[in-house]
Amino acid sequence: MDTILETEKLSKRFGDFEAVSGLNLRVRKGSICAFLGQNGAGKTTTLRLLLGMMRPSQGSGHILGLRIDDEAASVRIRQRVAFVAEDKRLYDYMTVHQILGFTKSFFPGWRADRESDLLRRLDLPLGCKIRKLSKGMRTKLALLLAFARGSEFFILDEPTEGLDPVAMEMVLQIVVALASEGATVFFSSHQIAEVEQIADHILMIHKGKLVLDSPLDRIKDEYRQVQAVIHCPVQNCDFELDGVERICVDGSTVSMIVSHNVDAVMDRAYKMNAVSVEVAPLTLKEIFLETV
Amino acid sequence: MFRKPNPASGIPIYLQIEEQIRHAIETGALAAGTQLPSIRSLAETLVINPHTVARVYRDLESEGAIEIRHGLGAFVAEAWRERVRTDRMRSAQKLVRTVVRQLKAIGLEEDEIRRLVEAETAAHELVAGRR
Repeated sequence: MDTILETEKLSKRFGDFEAVSGLNLRVRKGSICAFLGQNGAGKTTTLRLLLGMMRPSQGSGHILGLRIDDEAASVRIRQRVAFVAEDKRLYDYMTVHQILGFTKSFFPGWRADRESDLLRRLDLPLGCKIRKLSKGMRTKLALLLAFARGSEFFILDEPTEGLDPVAMEMVLQIVVALASEGATVFFSSHQIAEVEQIADHILMIHKGKLVLDSPLDRIKDEYRQVQAVIHCPVQNCDFELDGVERICVDGSTVSMIVSHNVDAVMDRAYKMNAVSVEVAPLTLKEIFLETV
Repeated sequence: MFRKPNPASGIPIYLQIEEQIRHAIETGALAAGTQLPSIRSLAETLVINPHTVARVYRDLESEGAIEIRHGLGAFVAEAWRERVRTDRMRSAQKLVRTVVRQLKAIGLEEDEIRRLVEAETAAHELVAGRR
């Protein structure tokens, strides 16, 4: 499979604080890949590094085969990648109509069909000054400007933040349409629900480090919560098996997060004379809460 | 005609959609020869990843429920419903008959057997999580 984005040991320090630490990320071409993490986990810093708005302290990466820390290459990355920043900053003094005309003049691949379709669906007031737009409207406009660029790769920082549920669903639908046309979408989010709905791959970071890198279907197929009641004394090391991600012993109850190999874990519990072994599926939300 | 999947459930979306389509075929809601929506249009209607839809169609094709005719689209396979159902039920019936006979031989009552079967199916669903 083709890789569209790849980083190697990407790191960024601010004084003593390591905001991004040795990240090895990989996004496949054609994927809708979600970048999950708590506030302050390092998502926005990572995206800024990827787009050359900041230089890495260590490590590097490539987007579309271009080096992210090379100035000339980085300009070309920004030409080819449609990026929507977290703050959705736009020129306040322009009207919606003006910024559309201004933006499209930069992009030869501008999709006029998509522009008019989105204007209609997102219900944006053409004559209105950007200064007067609500936060939700501003977000919709920023997304429209990116979606109509005709890019092959979209990087979106919290694309649906501040949108009402209807607009949110519409944005997800547009992302799906982009992917159907073969585009790649890499988006940061802490909206687990939207991630579960459209993403095919999850990259989760915590305190600047990658803690989960997996196809979403694999997570759902294989991640399980196992709870065993064992009356003889149990220690964590009794369950240090392949696939056991987390163990918590509380009295005679052992709770585990298991990423694969559930059968072996259950066997071990039965061998230790467990009086009960329960296995339950885990949602991404639970994994998120357990992992970060 | 298809319902949006529940992304928050522990069951992968592709399994939820496969189940829906299979059910629609089994109940006759989708008759043999019916054309299924294109990958793109189903992805957009359900607001799910197009790769997920592609996987659903691939899986259903490999089990013979649908046929992909290149350049034309996906169609409900002829006679899949009857074939699968009879085959499956016939071999399952054989298995169950043997097991029930053995359980009765060791002195289990009918409702005990029924309870055991129910408990096992529930446990199996959780452990395996997939078919």
